[in-house]
Amino acid sequence: MAERSFAKEVKKLKLGAGEEFTGEGILAITKALLQCGVGYVGGYQGAPISHLMDVLADAQEILGELGVHFEASASEATATAMLAASVHYPIRGAATFKSTVGTNVASDALANLSSGGVTGGALIIVGEDYGEGSSIMQERSHAFAMKSQVWLLDPRPNLPSIVAAVEHGFEMSEASNTPVMLQVRIRCCHVHGSFTAKDNKRPTMTVAEALENPRRDTQRIVLPPASFLHEKEKITKRRPAAIDYIRRHKLNETFGGNGPVGIVMQGGMYNGVIRALQRLGLADAYGDTEVPLHVLNVTYPLVEDELVGFCADKEAVLVVEEGHPDYLEQELGSMLYKAGASVKLEGKGLLPMAGEYTGQVMLDGIGAFMRKYDADMLAPEIRAPNVPAPPIYDDLAKTVPARPPGFCVGCPERPIFAATKLAEQELGQHHIASDIGCHLFSIMPPFELGATTMGYGLGPASASAFNSPDAKRRSISFVGDGGFWHNGLTSSIGNAVFNKNDGVIVVVDNYYSAATGGQDILSSRANNRTKSTKHPITEAIKGMGVNWVRHIERTYDVGAMRDALKEALTTEEKGPKVIVASSECMLNRQRREAPLKKKMAAEGKRMVKTKFGVDEDVCTGDHACMRLSGCPSLTVKHLDDPLRDDPVASIDENCVGCGNCGEVADAAVLCPSFYQADVVSNPTGWDRFLFGFRQRVISALQRRRERGRPVFGEQAA
Amino acid sequence: MKLGLPEGPDTTGRIIKICILAVGGQGGGVLSGWVTAVAQRAGWHVQSTSVAGVAQRTGATIYYVEMMPRDPARPHDEPVLSLSPSPGDVDILIAAELAEAGRAVLRGFVTPERTTLIASSHRMLAVSEKIVPGDGRADSDTVIRRSGDAAKRFIHFDMETMAKKAGSVVSASLFGALAGSGELPFSREAFEATIGAGGKGAQASLAAFALAYDRAAGTTGDGEAAAKPAEPRATVIPQRLAQGWQALLGRTGALPQPVREMAEPGLRKTVDFLDLAYGKEYLELIERLVATDSAEHDFAFSREAAKYVANAMVYDDIVRVADLKTRAGRADRVRAEVKLADSQTLATTEYFHPRMEEIVGLMPAGLGAAIEARPGLMKTLNRFVDRGRRIRTDTIHGFGMLWIIGGLRRFRRSLLRHRIEAAHTKAWLALAEAERARDYALGVEVLKCRRLIKGYSDTHARGQSKFDKVLACLPLLRGRQDAADWLRRLREAALADAEGKMLDGAVRTVHSFTDGAAQNAG
Repeated sequence: MAERSFAKEVKKLKLGAGEEFTGEGILAITKALLQCGVGYVGGYQGAPISHLMDVLADAQEILGELGVHFEASASEATATAMLAASVHYPIRGAATFKSTVGTNVASDALANLSSGGVTGGALIIVGEDYGEGSSIMQERSHAFAMKSQVWLLDPRPNLPSIVAAVEHGFEMSEASNTPVMLQVRIRCCHVHGSFTAKDNKRPTMTVAEALENPRRDTQRIVLPPASFLHEKEKITKRRPAAIDYIRRHKLNETFGGNGPVGIVMQGGMYNGVIRALQRLGLADAYGDTEVPLHVLNVTYPLVEDELVGFCADKEAVLVVEEGHPDYLEQELGSMLYKAGASVKLEGKGLLPMAGEYTGQVMLDGIGAFMRKYDADMLAPEIRAPNVPAPPIYDDLAKTVPARPPGFCVGCPERPIFAATKLAEQELGQHHIASDIGCHLFSIMPPFELGATTMGYGLGPASASAFNSPDAKRRSISFVGDGGFWHNGLTSSIGNAVFNKNDGVIVVVDNYYSAATGGQDILSSRANNRTKSTKHPITEAIKGMGVNWVRHIERTYDVGAMRDALKEALTTEEKGPKVIVASSECMLNRQRREAPLKKKMAAEGKRMVKTKFGVDEDVCTGDHACMRLSGCPSLTVKHLDDPLRDDPVASIDENCVGCGNCGEVADAAVLCPSFYQADVVSNPTGWDRFLFGFRQRVISALQRRRERGRPVFGEQAA
Repeated sequence: MKLGLPEGPDTTGRIIKICILAVGGQGGGVLSGWVTAVAQRAGWHVQSTSVAGVAQRTGATIYYVEMMPRDPARPHDEPVLSLSPSPGDVDILIAAELAEAGRAVLRGFVTPERTTLIASSHRMLAVSEKIVPGDGRADSDTVIRRSGDAAKRFIHFDMETMAKKAGSVVSASLFGALAGSGELPFSREAFEATIGAGGKGAQASLAAFALAYDRAAGTTGDGEAAAKPAEPRATVIPQRLAQGWQALLGRTGALPQPVREMAEPGLRKTVDFLDLAYGKEYLELIERLVATDSAEHDFAFSREAAKYVANAMVYDDIVRVADLKTRAGRADRVRAEVKLADSQTLATTEYFHPRMEEIVGLMPAGLGAAIEARPGLMKTLNRFVDRGRRIRTDTIHGFGMLWIIGGLRRFRRSLLRHRIEAAHTKAWLALAEAERARDYALGVEVLKCRRLIKGYSDTHARGQSKFDKVLACLPLLRGRQDAADWLRRLREAALADAEGKMLDGAVRTVHSFTDGAAQNAG
């Protein structure tokens, strides 16, 4: 069960012809897939396309009615390999994942798929995780399209354009026997807009029908001599077919007038370019402009005569191409040179080579281009703007703290790293390899643990060189349950067993693929109607050949976690030492339990709610507890006491009572300031009696003592 | 001033650009959904985007909405709207937390000729502010001042507390403030209908909305009306102690004003810790220091002594913790914090982890010192002591145990820990007085170093070692014009991080210039 439910939005997937669809970009893509008669869909979750997977998972009923097969793939490679169903059969298939990380993983399958080519339309929707809000290395998906000869769509970021791109993607794929990648950027995935819906279509052939009627064609299999033919076929047949399709359906768009300077852009850059022109007074609110624009909704392959034609009567052309390297500019330059063109080509230079093309970057770059080549178009005040330098608020810059993402309130991973820090306090610093997932937040304060991250499921693999009989210390590596099932079991655990790695591996098991939005995975404890869950990680590890396995069933037990780590780091046992640390992701647990609790409260059942607190008069304001926590609900407050200098710890009302504070205070021998308060709602008669009796005795003792001393109320502490 | 934007015929004047900055988990998504919906209800063109992903996990997040009224002349055309905010080009900026308002200003999203800044003035502290051993909190005044400088209009008040009062969350009060600001040309009813359509929790949201609406619209006046905490428990002095207490309290009245401000709470603190005699001991000490102090320095030395001697005399040990945790006032505070209803019951568990060091401190001084002098014995005994103990203070057994330990305070003067602390205080005070005789300001700074000693167990030991390390620099500083200033710097460095890296750096600096001076002299 994912973090966000799309049960309500999914109804929009049933809209028929002529009705208006309103919603997010990714939901529109899902609807477009159904309108295109897709036969099967798969993918691997990850921002910004996690919600696409969640929508599909929540839409299984509708998919079932249409005969569409949906699969939550084990990895991006799996998802792409699944598109093999479109190689021999005229079934449309789609796969989706985050790029470029997912595309990296998928590239083996992608290369094989594109070599043999496809019969049914094969569409790969890549969520381009680039620029602000991205969580991965900054690269371009473009290179994958070029190297494997896959066509790349980059539509203008509005719902009608995206939906049209899905439709053309399938058709173009079929027309050219080539898989097509549809690239959507982060904000485009989450853009809210509308388009006019069409009826959903049943696939012309379902996977069931294909299974009943198997086909094969040796020519389509990647093995010599066919593979040599494939390479030539890509260039002689498939590429020309694609270019022909692009030209016939006018996938690339030209706007604006006949001025002497023009702009060529990726489709995804269109709104940014228009906003810059609007602010320069060169376009109106609806995007109407005199500046000639050529919008590449298909960024690979490029249509040479269209581009050379656009540039033919221009003095200068600016290429707006986000990211590095400048593939489009290079190719356009080569085309123009060969055509003997004299147009001045601008791009990187006026615009920055690397980094996101934000509004300011576009305004500066396009403004500079227009001033340089067609200043007459600009109003006088823009031609030579008098822009004062922005004020510099040094004091403010020093004041505002950085706020990187971190572990949530009550996160079960926090105590794992608190324990690691405590183990290191006793045994010294170790080389720690991190992995992808929420647990990577360990690299930030307050923990600052972890030296590298090399890819999903590759945490332990990335520590594999550190295996030396000469060293007195072992490496520690982390891998999440998501990464573990993605490929960690073989790449990391299997590798460690086979190579007799002596290091310590911690598998962080929170019952979900949590960082991507809480999707179920093999080891999830939930009952999932359509998926097989509850496969223990410990069994898989033992099956892989690991002899030393410890299972911590409650990560909040910081002492036990620390002791397990210490044992793993010091035991005489050879081979990998694996600790599986399991506790449910708190975000998902809260979401799972909320309705249950509501029901229990409504039925008047006994319920215990736990919260932690700090005795402010016991706390001395050293904040050692925070340095082992970083919990958002554990914060500090100022006491109204002139004798106190430093703020004391305080726990706000968002506390979910996970217990980390108390456990850490105990395990690290910090202080006795923390208390746990268990509030019992709808107590039983016995509860009430016992509570009342105890309170009477306690009150009597308190009164007795107060009779013998001054009581200063709140003021004394 | 126009930030990064040339003066000119910008054609986007009819587009209202709204940017929302929040902390992951604050409901920024809900708020941007409402803003989008209210424009949609009015039949406007509207586009919203967000950057989701890992930032949702407690990091700084950003949402962006653009909206524009439909042009009757172009009913079928769609405007081209931007997917991200640009510096100098934002009309309304909503910050769900004060530091995020500051971040928006730094990013250039708040400019004087354009931007209405609507911010909740409460703080959600970032990790970096909390892990400092001293006070690492960002200065809210700077953020408010600079936000005021940068914005065309700045609406700020504590919308978090307001929302809580209504049983809702900050997104609802922010939406209310947006509506109340009048910056969007939609009716109050249109805003409220948008919330109402959300269903779940709508009632509480509407209440929070209304409070913030009225405040932003100025219809409820400007009364800060900060929610006063419940009346503190009154001071109650048993009859037989009343006279003695009044006498002591009366003596504080004779102290100079700056000293009295600290001596009064100091007296209460020491009496509360042990008894009237202890308070008297404290007061006599302060009186002695005042006698040799002068108004010339505003009695700074006695004032700081009144503060830090009280803290030193009221050291943290098991007896004090047990005493504090078994008081009626404490029980009331816990109940208030968990909002215990009459129909509910409550269990409280205390997290203790005593070690042999603490137990020895509880022993009569002779016995304790004898055991402490034998490391082997300490280690053996520690095996029985050193473990976490969860004590249920809602049970008679658990409470009774702490109550009895708390009662040990009357034997305190004969216990080992007391001897150690008293000796330490005496030595520190003597040092401060000696420094004062040579350099008044340096003497004051020596007193203030007491701030470094706090916490329990290892934390206490670490504080103590920092205290020693700072004061060990005294011989190097003595006689210098800026000696006091350097001691202050050393102390601040000691409070900046837990490991003492800053302190070590500062100590090295002190050594380098004093070594340098020695060389020059030689």
